Amino acid sequence: MGKIFKYTFYDLVRNRWMIFYTSFFLMLTSALLLISPDLAKVAISLSNITVILTPLVGILFGVMYYYGSTDYIQFLLAQPISRRSIFAGMYTGMAASLSGSLILGIGLPMIPYGILTSPALGTLLIVLFMAVTLSIIFSLLAFLIAMRAKNKIRGFGIAIFSWLFFALIYDGIFLLLLLLFKDYPIENLTLGLISFNPIDLARILTLLKLDMSAMMGYTGAVLQKFFGTSQGSIIIVSILFLWVLVPYLLIMRMAHKKDF
Amino acid sequence: MSSNHSSASAILVTILVTMAPQLSAKVIDLCPTCTHSELSIALNHAHNKDTILITGGSYECKKLEIAKSITIIGRQRPHIVSADGDEIFVVTADSVRIIGLFLSGVVTNYLKENAAIRIRRSKHFELIGNTIQDCFFGIYLEHAKQGILRNNSIEGAATTELESGNAIHAWYCDSLIVEENYVSKHRDGIYLEFVNNSLIAKNTSKANTRYGLHFMFSNDDKYLENTFTDNGVGVAVMFSSRIQMTYNEFSFNWGRSAYGLLLKEMNDANIAHNSFYQNTIGIFVEGSNRINYTENTFSRNGWAIKFSGGCSANEITRNNFVQNSLDLIVGSSISDNRFHHNFWSSYTGYDLDKDQIGDVPHYPVKLFSYVLDQVPEAIVLMRSLFVDILNFAEKVSPIFTPKEVLDPTPLMNRLP
Repeated sequence: MGKIFKYTFYDLVRNRWMIFYTSFFLMLTSALLLISPDLAKVAISLSNITVILTPLVGILFGVMYYYGSTDYIQFLLAQPISRRSIFAGMYTGMAASLSGSLILGIGLPMIPYGILTSPALGTLLIVLFMAVTLSIIFSLLAFLIAMRAKNKIRGFGIAIFSWLFFALIYDGIFLLLLLLFKDYPIENLTLGLISFNPIDLARILTLLKLDMSAMMGYTGAVLQKFFGTSQGSIIIVSILFLWVLVPYLLIMRMAHKKDF
Repeated sequence: MSSNHSSASAILVTILVTMAPQLSAKVIDLCPTCTHSELSIALNHAHNKDTILITGGSYECKKLEIAKSITIIGRQRPHIVSADGDEIFVVTADSVRIIGLFLSGVVTNYLKENAAIRIRRSKHFELIGNTIQDCFFGIYLEHAKQGILRNNSIEGAATTELESGNAIHAWYCDSLIVEENYVSKHRDGIYLEFVNNSLIAKNTSKANTRYGLHFMFSNDDKYLENTFTDNGVGVAVMFSSRIQMTYNEFSFNWGRSAYGLLLKEMNDANIAHNSFYQNTIGIFVEGSNRINYTENTFSRNGWAIKFSGGCSANEITRNNFVQNSLDLIVGSSISDNRFHHNFWSSYTGYDLDKDQIGDVPHYPVKLFSYVLDQVPEAIVLMRSLFVDILNFAEKVSPIFTPKEVLDPTPLMNRLP
């Protein structure tokens, strides 16, 4: 697995899409810093952009990369290497390079502005954590989709729809449900619904940091406790961890069973 | 501050001592090793215009009534403790000065509003540089006029509203000057009821359980350059008229009904040059008319301004609304409040003629505020793409949000 991880990672570091992705974030962050040198504001703007963009790039790049390397995978399968280590190595290599570009692209331009000693460091770390976790989760979903769908067009279609579903449609249904059941106690429903969407989870994690003043205006006891104490963040982070773990195990199972 | 202060009191002492023969007033020394070592005896010996100079030490005493126009000066911060938990000083004479003491030991009483210093029906008092620690009420003024409270530090240990008193409590007073005080961990930092023509300036009010500053039925007052932070509500102004509020800072007032500034039945006021930072609601307004909001900065509040019912003829101009979760919510549909020439960080219009004023009006009320009003749980959807799209659609063609609430001339750049 270690070797495959290394080859994938080195391959992707030189990949032009990955270089483009990194330089996009480098330019975006530098541009934002030029507009306003206030690091906290830049971190907020970045959180708004990354919460939408990183899942999209994660899922599309994942699908693209998998389809692009089917021949390579089949070649590796002919070698005496276990299937699990092939897929685990490839996946982690890809996730690492995606996360690497994000950390480099967002973090690097901020260093000359003194982020390491600034009070906005906490906010930036949350934004980076959010971006990296979303990349990991959505590239996992990408592998799941690509391994299931042999047809590339179909695979890309499902990938784009999944992104649209989690980024937009889910919240629409969420709001509709809340409006429909507003006469009932729906606090637990709300908390339940949040956990089925990693984008919502990541977004709320940043809300807890950035919009705490507004969140504290909410009057219900359950959510108040959720927002007001560190309990909320801990629960969110653990559910996000599950969102990484479950698809990963599914990929491993699929890797074991799949016919090529 | 304290060395500055002690040198100021030293000068005062020198002046008093040199002037003493002419005024036929004397200085009574009080310290643990002096001829007088008890405050009550020293008080009995004092006549009008005398000075009691307390140097260091700790004194236990029961309730002391000051019925003579005397000056009490503490050097090296003498500690005066209430022996039985009752009040310490009750001032009933005019022109009494209490300077540089450290008072404590007044306990919570559910029948009487016990205070460390009570001024009753007197004028021209000065309370300067005192420290009051863990007392039920700090300074209690009733029917007091033309007095000065300066540079006092009053800190309680309030946990609930019911069990705590106010740091500075004024009732039926006139022409007070309350400045540079630090009030914290009480029920209200400064409470004013029927207090007119007074100045509240440069105070710091922090971590009080209810309000940082509370006006009831008080007219023609000014408060400026104060800092209100981490209180239940920063400032509550109720049933008052003609109040000037300028250059104050309201920050981190968080909670279910926490506001930077709460206005209720308030008329003809000026709110200018204030800064509202990270409050759940910057200003909550109910039944308040003819108020000018100018050149305030609202940044990163949950809601910048929330207008409840019965607000009319308010004018909101030249304010900065910067990165609030929601800028505005307007409770009643009919409104003749005017918004113009404000800077809104959420404004997305353009300025083709380059006159620094946006060419299309800004609608500050978002559809999402209405959704939140119906389903408060929807707050978890804040900043989501779906809600952004919803707000955008509503902005293009307003259906739910009031069309008449708009800023026809939004500024393109933030005001200084």
